[in-house]
Amino acid sequence: MIRQAFSDLFERLGSTSRRGIRPATLRESSLRSRIMPTPIPRELILSLQHYPDTSAKDVSSMKPCVEVGEWVAKYQLIAREKGPNATRLHAPTSGTVQAIEEIPPAVNGQRARLAIRLLTDTDERELPLEPPSDYRSLAPEQMIQLIEDAGICGMGGAGFPTATKVRDALEKGVKTLIINGVECEPYISCDEALIRERADLTVQGAELLQAACLADDCVIVIDNAMPAARQALKEKLQGSAIKLQVVRRRYPAGDERQLVKAVCRREVPNDGHPTDIGVLVQNIGTAVAVYEAIVHAKPCISRIVTLTGSALLTPKNFDAPIGTPVQHLLNLCGVNENQHEFTIRGGSMMGQYLMDQAAPIEKTTNCIIASNNAEIPEREAEQACIRCGYCEQACPAQLQPQRLLASIRNEEWQDTVELGLDDCIECGACAVVCPSRIPLVSYFRAGKEIHNEDHSAQRQSRHWQERFQFHQYRIKKNQEKARSAKVAAQSAGEEQGFSRDQARMEISAAVERVRRRREALARETGHGEEKS
Amino acid sequence: MTPLAENLFFQLLVGGSLLGSLLCAIAWGVAGLRKRLQEQRFLVDRINSILPQTQCGRCGHPGCRPYARAIATGEAINRCPPGGDRAIRRLSLLLNEARVPLDPAHGEIESAKVAVIREAECIGCTKCIVACPVDAIIGAAKHMHTVIASECTGCDLCIEPCPVDCIDLVERAPAFRYWSLAALATDPLSGEPCHD
Repeated sequence: MIRQAFSDLFERLGSTSRRGIRPATLRESSLRSRIMPTPIPRELILSLQHYPDTSAKDVSSMKPCVEVGEWVAKYQLIAREKGPNATRLHAPTSGTVQAIEEIPPAVNGQRARLAIRLLTDTDERELPLEPPSDYRSLAPEQMIQLIEDAGICGMGGAGFPTATKVRDALEKGVKTLIINGVECEPYISCDEALIRERADLTVQGAELLQAACLADDCVIVIDNAMPAARQALKEKLQGSAIKLQVVRRRYPAGDERQLVKAVCRREVPNDGHPTDIGVLVQNIGTAVAVYEAIVHAKPCISRIVTLTGSALLTPKNFDAPIGTPVQHLLNLCGVNENQHEFTIRGGSMMGQYLMDQAAPIEKTTNCIIASNNAEIPEREAEQACIRCGYCEQACPAQLQPQRLLASIRNEEWQDTVELGLDDCIECGACAVVCPSRIPLVSYFRAGKEIHNEDHSAQRQSRHWQERFQFHQYRIKKNQEKARSAKVAAQSAGEEQGFSRDQARMEISAAVERVRRRREALARETGHGEEKS
Repeated sequence: MTPLAENLFFQLLVGGSLLGSLLCAIAWGVAGLRKRLQEQRFLVDRINSILPQTQCGRCGHPGCRPYARAIATGEAINRCPPGGDRAIRRLSLLLNEARVPLDPAHGEIESAKVAVIREAECIGCTKCIVACPVDAIIGAAKHMHTVIASECTGCDLCIEPCPVDCIDLVERAPAFRYWSLAALATDPLSGEPCHD
C-alpha cells in the first residue's frame, strides 16, 4: 500500500510538468473591454486554402461552388471541401462575389493561394436556418453531420476538421473529453474572453461534444491566470457533470500533449494521437462553434480574435467575420503609427510576421499583434553554445536541444532522428531561455525540412527502382516470349514433316516443273520465238 | 604382433579422421564464402538504395546497381551527379569513408530535370520508348509520344536516340524551402557568419 502511495506521488510529481517557461502575462490590455462585434468591412477575403498553410505538402483546399458576379446570402455555402482534411466555407454576410483569384501569401513561407473576394452589401440578408427540433435527442452521427455541415475546424491553431476528429474518436471510443481553455501564449486572450462572456455556451458546447463522441467524462481545463473566467465557469458548471481543472500557467501548457499529460497523467505515444489513449482534446472556441452548429444549425462564419500589442491604442478582442482584412481590425483599434513596426499573426512565441496587412482573418487566426522592436525584439546574433543546459530544462517534449543542434549543424540526420527531432513541437521555449541567443527552434524547423526532403528523395528513388526492375522484367519476358514462339513455330513445322531442306527441294522442283511446261508450250507453238 | 601402421583399425581411424577434417574444412570454407557473398549482396543492396535510381549511366556503369556493385568492391563514391552531395554524404557514412566532392569527370550537380517531348515534331519512331529505363514514355508507332512527367527520372537517355531531336530536358520546379541552415548561422545585422 505504501509502495502504491509512493508510486502515485511520483507519478503526480512527474506529470505536473515543471518544464517549459513562464513568460509574463500580457493579456490585461486586451481584456479591458468586452468582445466587440465587428462592423462588416467593405470586402471580405475568404481563403480557399486549408491549413496547415506553411507546409509545402498536405495542403488540402476548398472548391468554390459560386461564380464570379453571383449574389450570395449570409450563411450560404460558397466552397466545398476538396481533399480529406478540409472543411466547408460559408458566406459570413450577404454580398456579391467580386472575384476568385490568387492573393499574396500572408506570412513568410506560405504560397500564393486562391481566395474568394466578397463585396459586402449592408442588407445582411440571410438564408433561413433549419435548426433540429430537439437537439437533445440527436444521435452522435447526426450531431457530427451537423458539425461537418457547419464547416467547423479546430480554433486553436492547427485547424483540423472537427467532424473528422470527433468521428475518429467515436469509432475508437474515448473515455475523456478535454476542452482546452489554457492559453499559454503571453498575448493571446481570445479563449479567456470567450469563457468570461459566453461561459454558458462553452458549457453547453462541451456537453454536446461529449454527447457526440460518447465520452465517459468531460473536463474543461483553464489556467490559473484567468480568475474571471474561472468564476464564470464555476457558476455555470454547478449541477453539471463536467469537471473544471485549473493548471499552472506555463508555456506551453496549452499544447495538446502537455494538457493530456496534466489531466490524465498519461503520455500520448509520440507517433499517435490522444484518441489512441482514449482522450479527445477540443478547443474552447470549437466548443462554442459546435453549440451554434448543433442548436441553431449556424455555420462557422466568425471567430474571436485578439488584437493587441503596444502599437494599438485600444487593444481588444473582436468577434470578427472570417475573411475580415487585418487592416480593418487594426483601424478599429487605432494604430499609433510611430510605434507600429511590424505585425505578427499568432502569438509572440509561435506566431509569424505578417507580410501583407490586407491578409484576411482565417478560421485559425487567434491573435494579431501590432508591435515594435522595443517590445518584441528581433533576433540577435547568435553566440557559441556554452552547454549551460537551460534548453533541456525548458523543453516540454523532454528533448536535448543542444545535442540536436550539434547534430543538425554537422548534418548527421540519423542522430537527429534518434534524438527525437520529430517530437519537437516547435514551441520555442529553448530559444527563449538560451543565453547565447541561438535560434534553436529555427534550426529544428530547418532540420525537419531537410530531413523530410531526404525522405521524399528516398521514396522517389525506391519508386524509380521498382519501375526499372519492372522494365527489366518486362523486356526479359518479351524476349522469352518471342524465343518460345519461334521454337514453337519450328517444332510445329517439324511435326507436320516439314524441314527446310525438303522445302528447298520442293521449291526447286516446282520451279523446274514450270520451266519445263513453258518449254513444252513454246515447242507446241513452234517457232522458237521464245528464245529471242 | 603387427606394427601399428599395419593395424586395419588404426588405418581406418587415421583415414577417417583425415577425411572428416577435410570435409569439415571444405564445409567451413563454403559457409564462410556464402556468408561473405551474402554480406556483399546486402551491402550492394544498401548502397543501391542510396543511389538515386535514375539509371543514367553517367558513372560509367550501365545502371545504378552495377555502380553499387563496383562501390562495394572499392570504387570511388563520388561519381554520381544526380545523387549529388546527399548521396555522397550518405555513402560516406555507410562505408565509413571520407566525404569527397563530386568527381567533375562524371558531370556536375544539377537540379532535378524532366524530359519533355515537343509533340508537334515527334514522328512516332518509338526509339525513345525503347531507351527509357523506367517506361516513362508512352506512345505507339507513327503516333505522337509523350513523357509521364511524374515518372521521368531526367536521365537524358532518350535524348540521343531521337532522330528528330524533339526531346528537351527542362528543370523541375525546385522543392519549396523555407529554412536555410546557412542563413541561420549568419549575423542578421552584419550578414557575417556567426562563429561556432
